[in-house]
Amino acid sequence: MRYAMVIDTLKCVGCSDCVVACQTENDVPIGYCRDWITETVNGTYPNVDLEFKSERCNHCDNPPCVRCCPTGASHVVEGGIVLVTSNECIGCGACIESCPYDARYQHPDGYVDKCTFCHHRLEKGQLPACVEVCPTKCMYFGDLDNPNSEVSKLLKNRKHKTLAPEAGTKPHIFYLI
Amino acid sequence: MLHNLNTLDDKSHLFYNFSHLTLPLIYITLIYFKLNMNTSRRKFIKVGALGIGSAMVATSAINVFGSNKNANKFIAKSIPVNLKRTATYCEVCFWKCAAWVHSDGDSHIQKIIGNDDDPHCNGRLCPRGTGGVGMYNDEDRLKTPLIRTTINGEETFREASWDEALDLIANKFKGIKEKYGAEALGLLKHGCPGWHFEHLFKSYGSDTIAEPAFAQCRGPRETAFSLTFGSWVGSPEPTDIRDTKCLVLIGSHIGENMHNTQVQEMSEAIDNGATIITVDPRFSTAASKSKHWLAIKPATDIALLLAWMNVLIEEGLYDKAYVEKYALGFDELKEHVHQFTPEWAYGITTIKPEVIRKTAREMAHAAPAVIIHPGRHVVWYGDDTQRERAIAILNGLLGSWGRRGGFYFKEKISIPNFPHPAYPHPKWDWKDIGENYPLAQMGLTNEIIRSSIPSENPKYPVKAWMVAGTNLIKSIPDTKQLEAAIDALEFMVVIDTMPMDITGYADVILPECTYLERADIVRSATNREPSIAVRFPAVKPKYKTKPGAWIAREIGIRLGLKDYYQYDDFNEVIDWQLKELGTSREEMEKIGVKKYPRKSGPMYLNEDEVHEFGTASGKIEFYSQELKDLGFDPLPKYTPHPEPPQGFYRLNYGRSPMHTFSRTSNNPNLTDLKDENNLWVNPKVARIVGLKTGQRVWLSNQDDIISTFSIKVRITERVRWDSVYLVHGFGNDNKKLSRSYGKGIDDTQMISKIFVDPIMGGTGMRGNFVKILIENPHKAIEV
Repeated sequence: MRYAMVIDTLKCVGCSDCVVACQTENDVPIGYCRDWITETVNGTYPNVDLEFKSERCNHCDNPPCVRCCPTGASHVVEGGIVLVTSNECIGCGACIESCPYDARYQHPDGYVDKCTFCHHRLEKGQLPACVEVCPTKCMYFGDLDNPNSEVSKLLKNRKHKTLAPEAGTKPHIFYLI
Repeated sequence: MLHNLNTLDDKSHLFYNFSHLTLPLIYITLIYFKLNMNTSRRKFIKVGALGIGSAMVATSAINVFGSNKNANKFIAKSIPVNLKRTATYCEVCFWKCAAWVHSDGDSHIQKIIGNDDDPHCNGRLCPRGTGGVGMYNDEDRLKTPLIRTTINGEETFREASWDEALDLIANKFKGIKEKYGAEALGLLKHGCPGWHFEHLFKSYGSDTIAEPAFAQCRGPRETAFSLTFGSWVGSPEPTDIRDTKCLVLIGSHIGENMHNTQVQEMSEAIDNGATIITVDPRFSTAASKSKHWLAIKPATDIALLLAWMNVLIEEGLYDKAYVEKYALGFDELKEHVHQFTPEWAYGITTIKPEVIRKTAREMAHAAPAVIIHPGRHVVWYGDDTQRERAIAILNGLLGSWGRRGGFYFKEKISIPNFPHPAYPHPKWDWKDIGENYPLAQMGLTNEIIRSSIPSENPKYPVKAWMVAGTNLIKSIPDTKQLEAAIDALEFMVVIDTMPMDITGYADVILPECTYLERADIVRSATNREPSIAVRFPAVKPKYKTKPGAWIAREIGIRLGLKDYYQYDDFNEVIDWQLKELGTSREEMEKIGVKKYPRKSGPMYLNEDEVHEFGTASGKIEFYSQELKDLGFDPLPKYTPHPEPPQGFYRLNYGRSPMHTFSRTSNNPNLTDLKDENNLWVNPKVARIVGLKTGQRVWLSNQDDIISTFSIKVRITERVRWDSVYLVHGFGNDNKKLSRSYGKGIDDTQMISKIFVDPIMGGTGMRGNFVKILIENPHKAIEV
């Protein structure tokens, strides 16, 4: 089992619904977020290119945040999901510094927080809140170890990229381009 | 004199952002605005006018929505509770998606999730619907009835009981009716609350009713499509996007307007490999999804549409069988567009002839599964009905009306009216007020406003207004005229959930509870298959707020209209209606949405049968005798529009996906994503004017109207060098809106020149030009 998220940038309109859905699903306080949208513009008018990306923790195979955590609060669970046990976290912030995706933030209650792939929903057989809410259905979630899963097929058939591959973290958020 | 505003808020904003974007920044900028003396009778009441500038991350290429910027704030975690789910439909915009509210049933809402069975959302709300919880939680909400009063020579609002406020309204209404007739009471409304007050007004003998949805939004397309196909486009639009092979958007920015089904289906069309063609001077989100982006010179769309018709006809690419069978006036059209070659259009639109030909051929290739989208907010230059006629005719040539992948025949369930006596017949109504515009199909807000100004010598004078659920200051252009009308009114009551700008002008403000706290009318809308949706309260009304249904009835009873309110509680009406519709409260609480089979026949034309269109001739009318008889062009023509003079830029405006006009501009969840608008400026313009991204500027328009607030510059290649662009709905001028006051510029404030459509009375708003001011024209004292 290896969970991954595949996001189709050709469909994403950058509406940020994934951000709001995550906030309300996961009680993320206003002013904070576990996922966010970036908008990148290239070219010169009228030869312009625009790309929206919904970004979050990449649940890396080689997660620097887990390696540098002094208490073991940051850890990897089944399916490759990187989690933080909040009551073991001392809020030192080493993981925040180590993450090449800036995916972690200090929760006002003192611990470090980030995307969990909606672990609590997966346990109930539900999709992550961001995937389920997306009006363009540009986000896909599933098991890369299963060659017949939608995510496996999309990555097999479509051109894609990851963020900061040079960091060697083996990220598991893929962007179809 | 307005109010003492000398209390400077010593408030700082700490911004923490991701390290690859910026370093943590602390900015404290306080700007103190001097206030002008206001000599009008109806002074705008606001608590203060303190602007707090702030800094935000921005680079030339990357824009971020959502960031961990409140890292220093302690925010209490919500308490886990046993949640129940309640059926509702959204009221954050007009799309009215059905949803489930997950709440404790009392005072805590966890989340709002789309109803899977709803054809408006298919289980997926947009960011505004998901963030609708912020409407309930917003601590700046209107909390209690307020009545205008004078204390120590200064006008202000005082808190009042519901009884006192309602009695006052009823007495004032009775006085107006006695003096001028009930017709002199005007209702300007939007959304569900509008329905309740419409019933109240009609019962009392006034049909002086209008909403900005017509003359400030989609009116031209409804009139044009009625003239051509004998049918409104309506809402939601019956565009068969999911099955289309070619979607053509004329300035319509689906994806930035989050009209949910449209966005969802456009995404499906992308998956299906449909061709998208976008005509827009700005590189919209939709343009970025398009095979062809036609970066047209603003205000020249009709020339392009005529040239497309020319290519389809000259090259014999139009649907000959369809046109022969269903259309009237093809020969006149052919002769008319013969001269409008792509070469002719090139000089006007700057779109190359080969591109015009190529795109026309692609449309014809996809036909009839092609949609030239009518758009929604289409009041641009005053010849908008004619542009929409050109769009309708083009669809007719391609045979897309009534065809799969084009436009389907919509159907809705009619909700039975709870029994009441017939409404009295007013001596005059919205039709009479709008009589100068023969094809206005709904009330014209702008004509009701004009009729409220005595110096205009109106034939049908309006003396008092009720404003329900619409922030007129942001929705009606030409603020000067609007303020003149308000100033002349004998009485004005405003009903809203938030202290929007318009509430500051009211004599009485009534706080409505949000859609999450009330039961409401049963939703029915046109779709592929008819459906109904219900709205039940998920939580108790906060503060002293009340549902619109209750407010309207209470006023009605006080006006002696008991016969029109033969129930004690609006829930009785809902129960009766649901029973009539073959269902029940118990069933609807469980399912939220109920679908019904179609009764009007198939969704598409049956080619073997004769089809009668709703036009006078029963045919699709390319050539409009009706327009001709009224003295208008029977076929659309291109007319040049004014261009910005030296140093000025055309002011274009639009939507952002996370906001609905000004309605959401203070919503805590949605301001978290976007708390102000930016001025989009092309890098060439930025070089000439000397601008940097993030810099604050002010605007001044062709009539020397200067923006009250400033706006941050966004330098981007997504906008043309002859225009600037900003998102509508920002720049709120009421300090009670703590998150949105003074944030950004209100485009409506800069729209003082209106191009009225002579056919249907729409207010064209895209012909205003602005200068960019680098120095603060209000001579601010910066601390």
